[in-house]
Amino acid sequence: MILVEDLHKRFGKNTVLSGLHLNIQAGGIFAVLGPNGSGKTTLIKSILGMVIPNKGVISVGGLPIKKNWKYRQEIDYLPQIANFPGNLKVKELIRMIKDLRQMPSREEELIILFQLAPFLDKRLSTLSGGTKQKVNIVLAFMFDSPLLILDEPTTGLDPASLIRLKELIQREKADGKTILITSHIMQFVAEVADEIIYLLEGKICFKGSIEQLKTKTNQTDLEHAIAAIATTPTDA
Amino acid sequence: MLKILKYSFYDLIRSRWSYVYFLFYLLLGFVLLFLNNDVSKAVITLMNVIIVLVPLIGTIFGVMYYYNSKEFTELLLAQPIKRSSIFLGQYLGVAISLTLSLVLGLGIPFLLYGLFKSDAIFDFSLLLVTGAFLTMIFTALSFNIALSNENKIKGFGYAVLLWLFLAVIYDGLFLMSLIVFKEYPLDSFALATTMFNPIDLSRTLILLKLDISALLGYTGAVFKQFFGTNQGLIISMSMLILWTVLPIWRLIHKSKKKDF
Repeated sequence: MILVEDLHKRFGKNTVLSGLHLNIQAGGIFAVLGPNGSGKTTLIKSILGMVIPNKGVISVGGLPIKKNWKYRQEIDYLPQIANFPGNLKVKELIRMIKDLRQMPSREEELIILFQLAPFLDKRLSTLSGGTKQKVNIVLAFMFDSPLLILDEPTTGLDPASLIRLKELIQREKADGKTILITSHIMQFVAEVADEIIYLLEGKICFKGSIEQLKTKTNQTDLEHAIAAIATTPTDA
Repeated sequence: MLKILKYSFYDLIRSRWSYVYFLFYLLLGFVLLFLNNDVSKAVITLMNVIIVLVPLIGTIFGVMYYYNSKEFTELLLAQPIKRSSIFLGQYLGVAISLTLSLVLGLGIPFLLYGLFKSDAIFDFSLLLVTGAFLTMIFTALSFNIALSNENKIKGFGYAVLLWLFLAVIYDGLFLMSLIVFKEYPLDSFALATTMFNPIDLSRTLILLKLDISALLGYTGAVFKQFFGTNQGLIISMSMLILWTVLPIWRLIHKSKKKDF
């Protein structure tokens, strides 16, 4: 589904990704983890074509993404910080994105699920952080694309919405979609992820299931295993 | 691209500032016509206003819009849309809505006054055409500046400096160089220098057409002597087109390489 080969990215003097290789098969939930500044968001933005790599090839669905924009029809993206044009109403924003994508969508169902109906006529600048994140989720999940990229999806959500989000993610997985998630909430990762991709200093330091990670680091819970992996020398 | 253009355009049309800008020109048009009672004189006064104000508004609106719609841009970048379409669409949205404010704001009072019966119609349309060009040029320049500067304050500063340079300082330097090098033949130098400033170019263009090039002094005389009125018009127009196309080209080129 996604193939990343020898990816390099620098921002000025700051090297973020250095020779990253990654192969993600179709189907399943992949959690991209790593300490702050390890390049998770840069990797995701490179896959989306928002960040232009200095070197390396990225292919999505078998096609290289360079000088190509149509492949983004296959991707739904949930950005880390929900920044929306503030003077638009929620309803207008949803209608606009639908108009731009021209794909069948199922926003009604999601609006009911996240109880957004009372906010539809409100301007985005007046919404609270959590409500914005819910709008963000609706926008990301309303199309039926085979690849879903979620950057910190849990930010600002209340427990009830978090449960709904987890159910939603599991339902998408059951539909055979590939889901890429970054998160710092280990409990959330342990619940949803099939496979862990651990980034450290711009490279993949571990890729495998949660069980493999625990065995490798001799830890019993994920949080400690993740903390341990940064210090354990690896060959993955 | 058309969809982005549509959304940017609607967004601006709904904003208060477009109306203020439109009403300003409407008022200016009415006041000038009814105080002057003469279309030709009103055109000259308007020219002096337009030549300075249009670039300023284009610059400020362009920079402001770019920075304010940053979130919108980031949202669009993750959608299946070509990058050049996003930026070109936003640029055209700003440029077209500003041009529309100018053309309608000035056009309505002149139409009501009976422009079609006057022989100043050509001068007036030329004024609107140069005004439209200046809007396109300075909006494109300001988009370029905003795209190259992540820092809002810096971008804003550079954009205003650019306007100040082209509208005021350039003329000062030009005059000073004419005085310093007055021993030498400066005809082609003056001509070339005028070409490199869209504001001077527009001024020259209108004044040549109004047949009062003596008012402009040296540049006008040189233009008249070298080109005769019609050829001068064509060359100035091509320069204005070049001034519009080059920043737009750079905008597209730069946007393709930028990280968001």
